[in-house]
Amino acid sequence: MSALAPIRPGLRHLRRKAANSTMWLVAGLCVLAAILPLGLVLYYVLAQGASGINLDFFTKLPKPVGEPGGGMANAIVGSLILVGLASLVGLPIGILGGIYLAEFGNSRFAWTIRFFADVLSGVPSIVVGIFIWAMVVVPTHRLSGMAGGAALGVMMIPTVMRTTEELVRLVPLSLREASLSLGATHWRTVFKVVLVAARGGVVTGVLLAVSRIAGEAAPLLLTAGSSPFWSTRIDQPMPSLPVQIFTYAIQPYDDWHRQAWAAALVLVSLVFVLSVAARYATRGRFRMLR
Amino acid sequence: MQRAVSARGSLRARGLFSPWFGDRVFRWTTLLFAACVLAIIALLAYLLLADSVPAMRAFSWRFLSGHSWDPVHDSFGALPFIYGTLVSSALALLVAVPISLGAALFLAELAPPWLRNPLSFLVELLAAVPSVVYGIWGIFVLVPFLRPVEAWLGTRLGFVPLFSGAPYGIGMMAAGLILAIMVLPIIAAVSRDVLRAVPVSQREAAYALGATRWEAIRGPVFRYARAGILGAVILGLGRALGETMAVTMVIGNTPAISASIFDPAYTMPSVLANEFMEATGKLHIAALMEIALLLFIVTIVINAIARLLIWSVARGAPAGVRE
Repeated sequence: MSALAPIRPGLRHLRRKAANSTMWLVAGLCVLAAILPLGLVLYYVLAQGASGINLDFFTKLPKPVGEPGGGMANAIVGSLILVGLASLVGLPIGILGGIYLAEFGNSRFAWTIRFFADVLSGVPSIVVGIFIWAMVVVPTHRLSGMAGGAALGVMMIPTVMRTTEELVRLVPLSLREASLSLGATHWRTVFKVVLVAARGGVVTGVLLAVSRIAGEAAPLLLTAGSSPFWSTRIDQPMPSLPVQIFTYAIQPYDDWHRQAWAAALVLVSLVFVLSVAARYATRGRFRMLR
Repeated sequence: MQRAVSARGSLRARGLFSPWFGDRVFRWTTLLFAACVLAIIALLAYLLLADSVPAMRAFSWRFLSGHSWDPVHDSFGALPFIYGTLVSSALALLVAVPISLGAALFLAELAPPWLRNPLSFLVELLAAVPSVVYGIWGIFVLVPFLRPVEAWLGTRLGFVPLFSGAPYGIGMMAAGLILAIMVLPIIAAVSRDVLRAVPVSQREAAYALGATRWEAIRGPVFRYARAGILGAVILGLGRALGETMAVTMVIGNTPAISASIFDPAYTMPSVLANEFMEATGKLHIAALMEIALLLFIVTIVINAIARLLIWSVARGAPAGVRE
């Protein structure tokens, strides 16, 4: 080793440096390969969808097969109602449950809940749809906006719960101690001090959850169904953008394809705005954990 | 309420007018809401189990090995759907795992700091695109693109059964690719978090011995993180198994088992999405319920394993050592 020291370590050094740079390059290419599909999807959604976006799309009802024109006004309103209903189910459970995990989270019971919240987030959306079908649709004998909202609400719970927990935990201890030392009870401290400090984080969780469920079609097929008419009654079938995209995309009519692309554009824009807003809500307040 | 509470402790400290009464209400209310998660999982399991009993009675284990799916003659075997789900997910992982691990490595270790956040955000956006949007993109962009690719592969490698079949475009290959795109950001994001949870000391020890950056990653960092990375991959597998809309739109929905990845197939979530609302026969519904139950059990087991693996790395790390 010592006799050859000036030469062989040099070669080996070069080889090791080359391996290092190669892996750097490969990893960089992997990132590009990962992001490429995003670019392709966005490009096509924009290119194909833009031509279908006009006033009619937002204000008219769908036309029967064969008649050109019409829009998706009812599906847009339906999606908004469904997300609202889902929030009624998902937000109380998610936020209060998240507060429980953050405040009393060291028991075995809390770990069980945490674990099953993670498991629930992994349950396929179609299975959640079947669950709500058996829970709500079977007893009431009809597809309804109510059932759709319940299905989406169940899907919101894990995201809202875990984000609320993480962000409530990040509130500095000194803030709580200040409140408690002034004689405030625990629950007043949580609602008047901790939650106020963590509101950005809670908003982030809510926005992330909404952006996740706003594009869900699978559970809605079995719960909310669809309808070509205005539907604002929650005990009736309710159309939604994702279901409409699915129905239109798998039919062989060019005009429907155009509208499906336009709806996809609307949906993607909505989801992206929500994602960006979710990032913005916690910016500078606390560092997000991820 | 007051009586029940005061019966258990001294009246003065625990009565309705005690300042701590609110705290007790607070604790039990939030607990009640948190417990909803357990109630949902329990109800879900119970309903799926109860509703699939007729199919279990009629077919017992033959349900898992049967080939025929014939609602008209009430004969149900789920093997084609199980096969389709497993193969499409395996294809997806085959494509997605190397790319997402490379991407995670880049995001966690190699990327210059100014590039790290924007790139991470883009990967997260990839996860945010709705399934049905991937589906419509799959139908109108990916499938037409795959047709000539499959024809080319067929003329070159057609002697391998894997690449025999007619090049429809629609089929197992399209489903596998769409799934790969969809699970990629999940695997990449989770393994990035796991890699970041590796203590800096592990890396510094390797550098101190003269290792290059790649050598430090390949040795100590990967060894420390490997359980968590495996967890990330399994988590991606769970997503792939349960993915519904995009797969339904490109896989061709044909309950057949074929060696060729060009041929149309069917998955468990797809058959649920397509047939559940049209099913009228009692046995048909029960058979679909049993498929849902299978899917539920498999995803629960897979997610449980994945979480435990990820926790073992990301939670075990001492606080404050993140890069």
